[in-house]
Amino acid sequence: MSDQDQGDDGDIPMMQKLLDNPFLLLFIGVASPAVLYLGWGLMEIVTIPAR
Amino acid sequence: MMVNNSFRTCPDTGLKFFSSAENLIKANAVAGVVFLLIGGMFGLLVGLTRWQAVHLLGAEDFYMVLTAHGLNVLIFWMIFFEIAILYFCSSVLLGCRLATPRWAWVGFGLMVIGAVMNNVIVLQGNSSVMMTSYVPLEAHPLFYLSLILFAVGALIGSFVFFGTLVVAKAEKTYEGSVPLVTFGAITAAIIAVFTIVSGAIVLIPTLLWSVGLVGEIDVLAYRMIWWAFGHSSQQINVAAHVSVWYAIIAILFGAKPLSEKVSRTAFLMYILFLQLASVHHLLVDPGLSSNFKMFNTSYAMYLAVMASMVHGLTVPGSMEAAQRARGHNAGLFTWLRKAPWGNPAFSGMFISLVGFGFLGGITGVVMGAEQINILIHNTLYVPGHFHATVVLGSTLAFMALAYWLVPVLFRRELIWKGLAKWQPYVFGLGMTGVSLFLMGAGTLGVPRRHWDIGFAGTGGITHEFPAAAYTMLALNGMSVILAVAGGAAFCLIMVGTILFGKKLGNDEPMAEPCIVAPVTDEEYAANGGSAFAIPGTIVLALVFFVSFALYYFINWKYLAETWGIG
Amino acid sequence: MSSLSPPAKKIWWNEPIHKSELLWISLVFVWGMVMTFMMPYWHVVGKQNLGTETYKTTPKAFQATTQEFVDKYTVRTEGPRNYPVVAPPAGGDVYLIARLWEWWPIVELKKGETYRFHLSSLDWQHGFSLQPANINIQVVPNYEHVFTLTPNASGEYSIICNEYCGIGHHLMIGKLLVVD
Repeated sequence: MSDQDQGDDGDIPMMQKLLDNPFLLLFIGVASPAVLYLGWGLMEIVTIPAR
Repeated sequence: MMVNNSFRTCPDTGLKFFSSAENLIKANAVAGVVFLLIGGMFGLLVGLTRWQAVHLLGAEDFYMVLTAHGLNVLIFWMIFFEIAILYFCSSVLLGCRLATPRWAWVGFGLMVIGAVMNNVIVLQGNSSVMMTSYVPLEAHPLFYLSLILFAVGALIGSFVFFGTLVVAKAEKTYEGSVPLVTFGAITAAIIAVFTIVSGAIVLIPTLLWSVGLVGEIDVLAYRMIWWAFGHSSQQINVAAHVSVWYAIIAILFGAKPLSEKVSRTAFLMYILFLQLASVHHLLVDPGLSSNFKMFNTSYAMYLAVMASMVHGLTVPGSMEAAQRARGHNAGLFTWLRKAPWGNPAFSGMFISLVGFGFLGGITGVVMGAEQINILIHNTLYVPGHFHATVVLGSTLAFMALAYWLVPVLFRRELIWKGLAKWQPYVFGLGMTGVSLFLMGAGTLGVPRRHWDIGFAGTGGITHEFPAAAYTMLALNGMSVILAVAGGAAFCLIMVGTILFGKKLGNDEPMAEPCIVAPVTDEEYAANGGSAFAIPGTIVLALVFFVSFALYYFINWKYLAETWGIG
Repeated sequence: MSSLSPPAKKIWWNEPIHKSELLWISLVFVWGMVMTFMMPYWHVVGKQNLGTETYKTTPKAFQATTQEFVDKYTVRTEGPRNYPVVAPPAGGDVYLIARLWEWWPIVELKKGETYRFHLSSLDWQHGFSLQPANINIQVVPNYEHVFTLTPNASGEYSIICNEYCGIGHHLMIGKLLVVD
């Protein structure tokens, strides 16, 4: 039975596997705004020159 | 709190309720409604003060009440109810036990303590700093602490949700992928984690600063990180209420999504990009480059907006397909006319869908264009917009769900059905007025969070807003009264149902069925072989699209008429 | 199987998408690209693109610079509070202070000329809201924001504060004059 399960899982497309994995989604869902918004934004704020 | 580990099978819905999950859903939903009631009352005072002819409160009270209004409804009501939704979508829909109920109760306790403490501190009057508490304006240290406690409680709730997903998978209580509604809840929970972590990053140093342990908080960094918390928290609402829309059409029509692939990919776009919109509040800030602003404000090339527009099609679309399969197949709109408009779960959901899309969605995207934002930043247009998204959209969707969920959970019949039938219309109409009139006043330049646009106390330096602005604020005041009447009716019906609704015996089902049997493939196929043809929805979607495009370009035209800005 | 249950098919990713849904997705994708294009396009052809030039400063330094500017170009005093009215040369720099609860000084500009504004707060955050032109810009302490404004009509304008700044927020109003 477990063999068959593995066989089935092997057929599942990559994207469906991604969408079925809440923890991978959690990681990218936190990483994306952390890099694109928080990270990028902080970089710009700390590089503001002094008068 | 007793942690009981037994299941009951609901005679109305066939769903399996794990008892501690059920109790937690009840507790969180009730707490949410309590804070909605409190926050709504503060909203009434705000609306009646903005109405210049009434001008109910003095300045000091106005700013205090406005602070309390924002926190109670935008944060406490929303997040309590969302935790209830998360537990429902995991434990109940997957038919499994809730992970670590004790921790869930700890989280709930922290949220209650935080929310109560925050109200006490704000109402003492020395923390009238608005929800945003922009440094270096300083609140009482307990103000920040109360929000941190609340956030930690909500974070625990989110992790209990993720733990429950693990339990369900390990104990094989479902096969294949989670239901779409649960997937929407996962999206909401992911955004919640980012939101709360950002809140902690910004509020913990601010707490330390308020007690003198940290020298200075950088204002620009505060604004940027605070909005990762403040705006993303509203994106939890979006993901949650879209999920609720899918749930309600499944409950009432037995609808399945037109395409699992499309709907789930749309949620993935939320997970990836929705939170970038935090920058909407920083578009006229110094220090951040236009590239940063343009990229983030567009949610990475409007992919998250595309996702919302896809949900906006697939929710009514799957309803149309289900209705057509069940015989309402004539013409373009019979499926819509034959919908249960007297059932508040439906009418609430549908008004939420239309209001969120037309009023909240379009305006949000338009004012989120980097340059157009110059015209509306910090005007009343902004609260006008988010009353359409958070109140007309999320709150009304949650109310609609509550009309179904509360009787099922408490095993009591809904009371005052006649009032309940009207409630979504009254609330929806009132809130439509609020958001339109606030946006109208904002277009005329009226500032938000402002006690007196007549400038009576300035010693002779005044500005005359057009008479239309005063009319808008008066109409807003009247709409507020209508909306608050609708909101209060909702709270009364819910509390009344829980306390006095006709109690049903253990196995006694409700008078009406609570979940419509899912439409089968045969039923879909019987529809002349054109399963999922949704001409009515396509027409509605095109109307939406044309309104969106027109409004978008009209605003560029307005922008072109003002001063040169470089 | 409805949206409340797991998908009927174990592999749902390969299910075909109905053409009405595809049509809509294509339309909104293209629309998203149009909106993505509009912002950079406006940076090229539009005349309203708020500059983001910014410097770290201190309230003390900014106040001193503004004082110099006022001392140099004041032409008269005006209004109930006897504020200096400052008329900088066309195309020159303008310094404007936001503080509890006033905008200082009153600036007099020439219509059609472009001025370099320097804007900062000496205390809390404020909101520069120029009415009725309806130009709204966030003002924060410790940062000096530099951008240009080109008035297109003469008259008396109000600068209202539209960021909450404490109990006197609604008293914070200033004037800006544009002459032909």
